[in-house]
Amino acid sequence: MFLDDAFRLKAGLAEMLKGGVIMDVTNAEQALIAEKAGAAAVMALERVPADIRKEGGVARMAPIRKIREIMQAVSIPVMAKARIGHFMEARILEALEVDYIDESEVLTPADEEHHIDKRAFKVPFVCGARNLGEALRRIGEGAAMIRTKGEAGSGNIVEAVRHMRTIQKEMKQLTVLGKEELMAEAKRHQAPFELVEYVAAHGKLPVPNFSAGGIATPADAALVMQLGAEAVFVGSGIFKSEDPEARARAIVKAATYYNDPAKLLEASEELGMAMPGLDVSKLAESELLQTRGW
Amino acid sequence: MKTVGILALQGDFEAHRKAVEAAGGRAVEVRTAAGLDQIGGLILPGGESTTMLRLIHAEGLFEPLQRFGRGRPVFGTCAGAILLASRVTHPEQESFGLMDIEVERNGYGRQLDSRVVRLPLEDGLRERAGGDDGLEAVFIRAPIIRETGAGVRVLARYLGDPVLVEQGLHLAATFHPELTRDHRLHRLFLAKI
Repeated sequence: MFLDDAFRLKAGLAEMLKGGVIMDVTNAEQALIAEKAGAAAVMALERVPADIRKEGGVARMAPIRKIREIMQAVSIPVMAKARIGHFMEARILEALEVDYIDESEVLTPADEEHHIDKRAFKVPFVCGARNLGEALRRIGEGAAMIRTKGEAGSGNIVEAVRHMRTIQKEMKQLTVLGKEELMAEAKRHQAPFELVEYVAAHGKLPVPNFSAGGIATPADAALVMQLGAEAVFVGSGIFKSEDPEARARAIVKAATYYNDPAKLLEASEELGMAMPGLDVSKLAESELLQTRGW
Repeated sequence: MKTVGILALQGDFEAHRKAVEAAGGRAVEVRTAAGLDQIGGLILPGGESTTMLRLIHAEGLFEPLQRFGRGRPVFGTCAGAILLASRVTHPEQESFGLMDIEVERNGYGRQLDSRVVRLPLEDGLRERAGGDDGLEAVFIRAPIIRETGAGVRVLARYLGDPVLVEQGLHLAATFHPELTRDHRLHRLFLAKI
């Protein structure tokens, strides 16, 4: 399945985004700020996660007029979010010709059992994951890019770190096992056997693995890149900070120079206050976005 | 062994590293002007050209990269081909002007217009690249080369437009040879160093 041309094109665009920053934007003006600051792509949505968390209610696909405005404003790829399992929102976004669809836990799920059959689409999908099994189930359904979920809208990096470390550790563990042990692992991870075999042989996912959910500073971006993220998504972290333009530029720089503390210091100088953060351990289970997805 | 630098500001530099190694070269990632001192040739990878330009300027790399390209070989793929051009449209943006080509960004459209095709080799490329097999060309939100100057040789075309061009030391492809298992173009580039 990975080697067919359609899938290579989907994962190929994800390859092009590596080392970059994908920024959440809610209108054309923010999209232009993001592009000028060096975003590799923008994610169109109705409200950033911090506002969804605050205001509550049902979070849906963004208004088409807004997405279209954003697509017309910038020359970089434009992604948009669809609700988990809402394959008709996804069909509409595909007809609009967005470049990537995020089947996202940040929006209110439309189906509490099933995700979208992503292989049935020509447009590529990215999905969130907290562990290897979840990542491989999404890839099995056709996702061409995985992002660790973190806890969106929290401004707290702890969940993003937990999820990236979990996936990296679970992948490493598979590489030292014998072939006869892999079926038991597939059962334990509740993941497709062929994908478990792939990870055991290569030590990595068959698609790019990015990080999301809680990145608010250049240091946060560098941290998840050090832990194995190949690019970062920044949601509320930019436009909920005091200084969106400067912060966007600084996080772009940090994603490139994550291995160079002197450059990271430069990126961190002269920034104002980051977005306010939440202590994720104090949130009720029902307030967590990361537990959406099955 | 020949050392190839890969501009690693953003994009698919890792895929290029693997392709260079498979083609028999040594690959190093370049993120600073000092990184240019130790390499024989440079690859400008695929990715987002606006992101790369933004970092190139912020880090004072524009002039050092341009100077490098005036004396030594550069191979640009997709976004890299856009950076090598003398003129860029849709929208207009700055470029190194190292090759006499005019490039239109996202010339085929959006991601849904991305495609994998098999290209026949033009005469001349067949002997140099080795093997009669056509090139597998992966186009992802690819640019189109709209004009080529007198000194530019077209090595492959798709739908009539040049997609692989050479001028002196430089090579530009609007597709992504680094995303295939066919490393002939990377070998061709190594031969120029």
